[in-house]
Amino acid sequence: MSQTASLLQVEGLRIKRGGALVLDIPCFSIFPDEKVAVIGPNGAGKTSLMLGIAGLIRPEAGTIKFRGEPVKGGDTIDFRRRIAMVFQEPLLFDTTVLNNVAEGLCIRKVARQEIRQRAMESLEMFGIADLAERSAHKLSGGEAQRVSLARAFAVKPELILMDEPFSSLDLPTRITLAEDLGRILHASGTAAVIATHDRIEAFRIVERLVVLDKGSIVQQGTPQQVIAEPVNSFVAAFRRTGYSGM
Amino acid sequence: MELIVEGILTALKLIVSLDSEVVAITLLSLKISCSATLISLLIGIPAGSLLALAEFPGRRLIISLVNTGMGLPPVVVGLFVTIFLWRNGPLGFLEILYTPLAMIAAQAVIATPIVTGITNAAIQSLPANLKLQVLALGATRCQMVWILVREARLPLLAAVMAGFGGVISEVGASIMVGGNIKGQTRVLTTATVMETGKGNFDVAIALSILLLLLAFGVNYALTVIQQRERPR
Repeated sequence: MSQTASLLQVEGLRIKRGGALVLDIPCFSIFPDEKVAVIGPNGAGKTSLMLGIAGLIRPEAGTIKFRGEPVKGGDTIDFRRRIAMVFQEPLLFDTTVLNNVAEGLCIRKVARQEIRQRAMESLEMFGIADLAERSAHKLSGGEAQRVSLARAFAVKPELILMDEPFSSLDLPTRITLAEDLGRILHASGTAAVIATHDRIEAFRIVERLVVLDKGSIVQQGTPQQVIAEPVNSFVAAFRRTGYSGM
Repeated sequence: MELIVEGILTALKLIVSLDSEVVAITLLSLKISCSATLISLLIGIPAGSLLALAEFPGRRLIISLVNTGMGLPPVVVGLFVTIFLWRNGPLGFLEILYTPLAMIAAQAVIATPIVTGITNAAIQSLPANLKLQVLALGATRCQMVWILVREARLPLLAAVMAGFGGVISEVGASIMVGGNIKGQTRVLTTATVMETGKGNFDVAIALSILLLLLAFGVNYALTVIQQRERPR
């Protein structure tokens, strides 16, 4: 993996929130087509890492390189238009499902006829094309999160960041959605980082696990490696809950 | 009771007969208050958005001042606008005192804090991560503000209603900066005060009814739009 040029490289990333240092990452890379899960207990710094990578919060220090080019701190718009992010809540707009999925394309001023086509393709990918004209307020939790994912995929991102996207869903919905997302990610070849403290999301989708604790990376490797040698009680709990998908 | 009935009958007579003076007064009221509301929207929506989305020193103090300004007494506004527009005042060179322009200015001063305050509250009430989600979709800062304002459009219609309601019904500032000049600056509220002072209660009631109908008509139209947009 290290012989491949990284898609995204983070160096010396330090993030403070509310005056306290919440993230201190000396080095972290994501490779093209790689799927990475960032796991850790609440307050480990997962969300800060995602927001920091996405250029949505200003770091105290550090550099981010995307395809070898540094992302300038004050002007992240070009970078932000090459990636996408999905949050814990679906955060849908007060309009139809189709308009929600089209929003990122509208922002990029994509031609009108192409917007509809791409938005519908993305909805079909997540199996919700029949919901296109429905109000986003009339969706179930699982449907809403599918729309949120379809919206992110519609812009054809080179990297997709997901911050605990399924944490508010029930178990059967979570399993189905994680399976669909894993299939779509592998078919599209999109690199992904998924922050989670859920083993279903972590093991069904990714090739590498990164364990965060108190703002630092304390362990990383394949899911098998990490589970075999848990570095802390959180990882051990992953093992104890019994993972049979490896 | 007889007085009220007489007033209602006079109002109906004035409306049906399309009394030229009453029509002119009503149209001027509408023109002045709509212009002032429009100005307050042009200032208040960007200002309220800025207060809701930006972090800068003194932000809380400014929000407190805006919230205080939402209850600004019209006579105080009238007093200061008069001083500013007085021939020796800082804006005396404009020579607009006792004209509809002065009344628009005074009413805009009354409505702007109302629109700013409601806009600020409306945008702050959106989900905390929505701003980040919009930016994550690749929006510029301007696109982000536009999308958030669009998302807050229902409470913003309430801001329009509150702003318009605040100015169409005020009398203190209008009478001070407009002077209630017949055919020039006489509006429904100032005419009502004058007719009441003269003891012409039937005409005063008629003008009051017209004022209520005007306020109701505009608010009804805005309410229809707001309720059509309401998520079900």
